[in-house]
Amino acid sequence: MIAFVALPILIPFVLIITLLIIRSDKLARWVGPLGAGLLILLSVYLLVLVREHGVIALQMGGWEAPFGITLVVDYLSALMLVVSAIIIFSIAVYALRFLPETIKLNRFFIFFFGLTMGLNGAFVTGDVFNLFVWFEVMLMSSFVLITLGRTKNQLEGGIKYMALNLVGSMFFLAGVGLLYGKTGTLNMAHLAEILKNDDQAILMNTSAVLFFVAFGIKAAVFPLYFWLPASYHTPNITISSLFAGLLTKVGVYTFIRFFTLFFVHDPQFWHQLLLVIAGLTMVAGGMAAAAHYETRRILSYHIISQIGYMIMGLGIFTPLAIAGAVFFTIHNMVAKTNTFLVSGMINKARGTYELKDVGGLFNQSPLMAVLFVIPAFALAGAPPISGFFAKFILIKAGIENGNYGITAVAVLTGMLTLYSMIKIWNEAFLKKQPENEYAKTPFKKLQFAEYFPSVLLGAVSILMGIFAFYVFDFTMEAGAQLTNPELYIETVLKRVNP
Amino acid sequence: MNSVILQIAAKYLKWLLIVFAVLALLRGHNNPGGGFIGGLMAGLAIVYRGFAYNAFQVKEELQDRPGYYIGGGLFAIFLSFLPSLFAGKTIMTGLWVKIPTPVGEGIKLGTPFLFDIGVFFAVIGVTLLFVFSLTQKQH
Repeated sequence: MIAFVALPILIPFVLIITLLIIRSDKLARWVGPLGAGLLILLSVYLLVLVREHGVIALQMGGWEAPFGITLVVDYLSALMLVVSAIIIFSIAVYALRFLPETIKLNRFFIFFFGLTMGLNGAFVTGDVFNLFVWFEVMLMSSFVLITLGRTKNQLEGGIKYMALNLVGSMFFLAGVGLLYGKTGTLNMAHLAEILKNDDQAILMNTSAVLFFVAFGIKAAVFPLYFWLPASYHTPNITISSLFAGLLTKVGVYTFIRFFTLFFVHDPQFWHQLLLVIAGLTMVAGGMAAAAHYETRRILSYHIISQIGYMIMGLGIFTPLAIAGAVFFTIHNMVAKTNTFLVSGMINKARGTYELKDVGGLFNQSPLMAVLFVIPAFALAGAPPISGFFAKFILIKAGIENGNYGITAVAVLTGMLTLYSMIKIWNEAFLKKQPENEYAKTPFKKLQFAEYFPSVLLGAVSILMGIFAFYVFDFTMEAGAQLTNPELYIETVLKRVNP
Repeated sequence: MNSVILQIAAKYLKWLLIVFAVLALLRGHNNPGGGFIGGLMAGLAIVYRGFAYNAFQVKEELQDRPGYYIGGGLFAIFLSFLPSLFAGKTIMTGLWVKIPTPVGEGIKLGTPFLFDIGVFFAVIGVTLLFVFSLTQKQH
């Protein structure tokens, strides 16, 4: 059933209409998580379809590619859809307990699914301008989500986020214009075909650099990441976790899509640039994370550091390295969201995000400690949890391809990651509760419904580690498809029967 | 602000803008225009009146309107998907019917037009939402 390709966009769309009509927080409690659960089922089904067919494409409105908009799902898209659906589900459940009274649940879920729609649209579209539209849908929804609590610092963070991302959109749009002017098409598969057979493809560098800046801002790579730490710590923790897991990864996804499918004409320059940026991103993010003492800020800088690894895989550009980048991305989405969820629990139990003011949580709540250890170890790369295999593949690919510099940086940045995780562990869980105002308030015991999303994501992290072979199989297929995009092009341009 | 000139002007300009908005909406399929531009113009008309008569009053009057506009618009867009699904075609395929009229060539109606109407109302809703949020005092 090829028509299922449109459903990742249609389901959130219908959910938004439903929520706008029912206008009730009581029903929204059910609509939110159930709708997100439906998305998990759908995306798993799409992954099964991709396993069968390789690539599936749907020509919207019956207009054949390259004239209409094509929706395409290949291994990379399907994997991203599955993992983001899992995260969306866990956040939908988390929101029921962790959103403050001032934020109406119905309102939250409307923009939550708006973000989901933009996200899924970006993952499945095969058209450059359509991608731009989905980015804008995401940007709108996320701006509203940041400022939903209507406090002063949220508005400040929201404006910074909006302003810097609009600059990114402008670069994107300029790139789209140049690309269209030069090639006369915006269908990704068609672009790939045109540029592959063109000995003047080097002229694409001007558009490629515009896209590079645009995606660099979205993905928060080294010199362009300033919007992220300025905004991520301001909204409610539910919304921070949602952004941490999903937003920057769309930037990474588009990087991988563009720089494997059609911007492959000048590898010496682009891959070198990607590697340098990757290294700088890792180190800059890791250093900044080490310097902070507020959990959300540490974790925000740490997101940036981890983006470096994904870009590194793209820069090495062997099938194994791309597979590593994909593995790392999906592992990181799960683990990163989970650390944010746990920091929200710490805040709920103790009333603060400042590491200096909390302590002794290990004795108070061993379960919370375990829930923190799982994603923290995953991020630091301890076997047998998901992160170990992700880093292992990347480092193996780096050494095999002779990129010793970036591999060394990646290994050393692992130490920085470990340091920030141990810092949170020591301060929040091991050290004694300091004598301050927070010590006087009794420790708030959390219920199972509050632990559940984190338990779910923790389980996913562990399973991804234990069954790393299967996950690796999928990501290897993705890597093979991305480095050899023949099937993608042929399917979209309808030369093979799907 | 309480200017009589602005209020009188707004009274008439509002309708002028709405007429042009609908014109832009109708010619949109093959000419410059369409639901988005029409929606912005119609939104502007309502906002203009709002400023002339003090935006907070409009807010009281139209308390829940933006939500209804957006919801109704999105629902119309959703309805425009259904005919193509029931006809067994790819989703969003444009389907047209021709209604004969005594004079002229008849009126062509189709799902893209319904889609455009949906966009029209959704854009009005979003414009109102932005303006209301920006003119509101902080709680």
